[in-house]
Amino acid sequence: MTFFTEKNDFLRLINSSNFFVEYDVLSSLIQEGLKQSDYVEICRRLKRPPNRNELGMFGVMWSEHCCYRNSRSLLKNFPTTGPRILVGPGENAGVVDIGYGQKLVFKIESHNHPSAVEPFQGAATGVGGILRDIFTMGARPIALLNALRFGPIEDEKNISLLEGVVAGISHYGNCVGVPTVGGEVGFDSSYSGNPLVNAMALGLMETDEIVCSGASGIDFPVLYVGNTTGRDGMGGASFASSELSKTSIDDRPAVQVGDPFLEKGLIEACLEAFKTGYVIAAQDMGAAGLTCSCSEMASKGEVGIELNLDLVPAREKGMTAYEFLLSESQERMLFVVKPGSEKKLKQLFMRWGLYVEVVGKVLKEKVVRVLYKGDIVADLPASALADDTPIEKHKLINSTPEYLKDHWKWTEDLLPKNLKDGIININDNLFISWNNVLLNLLSNPSIASKNWIYKQYDYQVQSNTVIGPGEADAAVIRIRPQNDFKTISNQNRGIASVVDCNDRWVYLDPERGSMSAVAEAARNLSCVGAEPIAITNNLNFSSPEKPVGFWQLSMSCQGISNACKVLNTPVTGGNVSLYNDTKKSNNTVIPIHPTPVIGMVGLIEDINKVCKKSWVKEGHQIWLLGLPLEINNNKDSRISLSASSFLEYIHGLKTGRPPELDLELEKQVHFFLRNIIKKCMINSAHDLGDGGLAVALAECCISSGLGANIVIPSSKSRLDRLLFAEGGGRVLVSCSDDQSLELKKYYKKISLEKSNSFSICNLGTVNHQNKLSIYQSSNLIIDIDILDLEDSYKNTIFKKITK
Amino acid sequence: MNIGIIVFPGSNCDRDVRWATEGCLGIPTSFLWHETTDLSSYDAIVIPGGFSYGDYLRCGAIARFAPVLNSLISFVDKGGKVLGICNGFQILTELGLLQGALTRNKNLNFICDRANLSIESTKSSWMKNYKIHDSISLPIAHGEGRYQCSNDVLKKLQDDDSIALKYAHNPNGSINDIAGITNKKGNVLGMMPHPERACDDALGNIDGKSILSTLLS
Repeated sequence: MTFFTEKNDFLRLINSSNFFVEYDVLSSLIQEGLKQSDYVEICRRLKRPPNRNELGMFGVMWSEHCCYRNSRSLLKNFPTTGPRILVGPGENAGVVDIGYGQKLVFKIESHNHPSAVEPFQGAATGVGGILRDIFTMGARPIALLNALRFGPIEDEKNISLLEGVVAGISHYGNCVGVPTVGGEVGFDSSYSGNPLVNAMALGLMETDEIVCSGASGIDFPVLYVGNTTGRDGMGGASFASSELSKTSIDDRPAVQVGDPFLEKGLIEACLEAFKTGYVIAAQDMGAAGLTCSCSEMASKGEVGIELNLDLVPAREKGMTAYEFLLSESQERMLFVVKPGSEKKLKQLFMRWGLYVEVVGKVLKEKVVRVLYKGDIVADLPASALADDTPIEKHKLINSTPEYLKDHWKWTEDLLPKNLKDGIININDNLFISWNNVLLNLLSNPSIASKNWIYKQYDYQVQSNTVIGPGEADAAVIRIRPQNDFKTISNQNRGIASVVDCNDRWVYLDPERGSMSAVAEAARNLSCVGAEPIAITNNLNFSSPEKPVGFWQLSMSCQGISNACKVLNTPVTGGNVSLYNDTKKSNNTVIPIHPTPVIGMVGLIEDINKVCKKSWVKEGHQIWLLGLPLEINNNKDSRISLSASSFLEYIHGLKTGRPPELDLELEKQVHFFLRNIIKKCMINSAHDLGDGGLAVALAECCISSGLGANIVIPSSKSRLDRLLFAEGGGRVLVSCSDDQSLELKKYYKKISLEKSNSFSICNLGTVNHQNKLSIYQSSNLIIDIDILDLEDSYKNTIFKKITK
Repeated sequence: MNIGIIVFPGSNCDRDVRWATEGCLGIPTSFLWHETTDLSSYDAIVIPGGFSYGDYLRCGAIARFAPVLNSLISFVDKGGKVLGICNGFQILTELGLLQGALTRNKNLNFICDRANLSIESTKSSWMKNYKIHDSISLPIAHGEGRYQCSNDVLKKLQDDDSIALKYAHNPNGSINDIAGITNKKGNVLGMMPHPERACDDALGNIDGKSILSTLLS
């Protein structure tokens, strides 16, 4: 019924006798991505119709990208506070206290739609944008990570997207001098046509005070700094908030062009400027450019801003006010500064070859007022644009959607019986040996090494990378002030970071899958010895206007909240990217797998004690932490082949319900793991992820070049379940005989204090035979040369791309 | 010894070099802005890695016009020691202080890795802490690191004993596996690998210390 009322309101409004505007309302609304009800609301707030410039400003500010109109009601349930949290969601990035007076700033952001139509610039400016969020706060960027998704690389188009995105990230990150230390990449047909590019950045606070974005000081000058304003990136925020189709390529002007060289200067100049104490507030110009930064600064500071477009450095002639206001040209910032400091700040910025102009002033009246060629071309209450934005009401379906009910019916009994040395593939009825199952899994692009990708990123610059990509379950950088060249104490501390999301699990159970993503991130950090502190998340989902899309989003948020509460990792902010659907030429819409990427950071007290995944020495014992390998047939629902990589990549079945997540179990395992690393009881650690035990063992062998002799127990449980099942909070560790004694003692000790819900089981030993050999009692089940494992694992992506 | 590190707006290894020389080796070091012209108080100059002025043209092609590099030529003539790392090596070839040129890697991609290298000459004082055919491992990170030169130049480099470093497994298609060369006199060294990234015990690899520690007086 509301629909009709809204429609009537709209018609009544535009047909009323005193209604007059100089533009066509219907087509303008479509162009700005606004609804008719939005228009009614805008007119109500302004007590007049907006002019065309103002309508454009509302269009970007009320888009999902800027104001979370679909997701805000769900995001408010995230836990966002904790003893270490200094700045939570709402500012440019989150800030956490890491002790000794040091503050870590971090955030993740997506650039999916731009990357779909222009992969190189789309990805490059994604990196540029997230870096600006970090240094706007007064922090020097110290690390980058990224989470990427593409369609299968059997398709040329997906290969070119992958190549373009990787080249874009490499170009921007390498040039700007921030190491790209980690990330994750996955492939699934749902991302064909709509790849995901999420970039995360970490920074170390370099100024004493956190620089905030709320303007203050009536009549204080507003300074424009950085690159010129051009027509690139027009309306990018609205573009990012609608689904992609065949004609999206025509929106290429909505993709910005980045200049990392200028950004490098901007980083240095901004940090220098903040240290002068002249800067009152700072805001980078990202989505919605000048419009967004002015209204955010005004509304957060509860003041107004007057902006004179004639003073804005322009890249091209003849730009209209509309174009100035909506341009998303890169590498631009807006400052409010102390009166009298303009000259000194100008000199400082010009030294770095940057444009700098006073373009306006702070107003007492809470408006965003825009002047152009002597006229007022926009005059809007700041809060109407930035604060008091509309919220979409979506009805949450209250039962599991049909697609999942079918998937959840799947059980392991539907798989063919295991043979002694392999299994019949359900797809083609052909026999496949256990050896080949393992090799096939290792050569699946989603599991295989991403070395072809990360070798294009400079992961060493800044001389702090302790663990780079591919070496361990998380990246580790040493914490050292970059402008201090004297050795000081506390210099052995490090930050571990990771991005994680098993999107198949989220697709097959959004709540469980999202909880698992948080748990996996915490487990990965614990594997290098880091204590998880906080997360940032990037919620990549399909259209929330479809009931299933909104259900996935809301269940996922619930899952993230639950896991973050139990694991004590509050959410400090993030990004929401909706409408990740591809419209095919026959009008069918393909939604992506729901992909809530979790970016987690953790603290390491002593970087000399970190663990990597590779075995260290022959003769060392191999232990499995977490839930044990089953010997009876009582299936633990926390371990499963359903929704597993084995099921999808070997049998071609993307089905089943992912294993149950036991957060208490996870918490205990992570705690135990961190302590045995701290106490130097183990030398390597690697969690069981995609492909389960067999794949994890192979990865430890490949990265160390050492073999392993593994014996798994005789069991009533299926052999493929023992080898390839996922879940159970499991981690492989290795240690010497002496350490093993300590390990067992310590396990017993803490069992007495608090009954352990996990176990530690000895699986075998590291050897020098250059083979991974897995026995069940005395039967040899898997026996593969490390060189063969390595070839499958390390060369797959390169071969597929250069074929 | 007093070391100066040239800083262009796009340099990004300037701090890393200073951390290596001052933080790890304790040698007094200062930054020299690209507009400086006075190099008289320095015993050695390092041109660090990075993207000098953006390098949107050819790496180092714009940088060679920088005011500071005019002074560098006379600094070299007077026997001053100069080390160009990565972008610094590219700039030295553009400037003509070293022969040959650095072009796009053979696979057309940026390469970040660790490279095994062999010491080919100890003629230069930069290499005095090594013995001929020593094997070391240093980080590499470059998009345009493929060393190219004519056969005549190559022969001259060989005759002058100016090839300082070679790759054990050529990563970028450089002619004759060349990773670093010196001028005839031996006071100028240009190299693609990053010795400054291998000076810190905390990061595991310290194979680069021997080059920078030649500056310890």
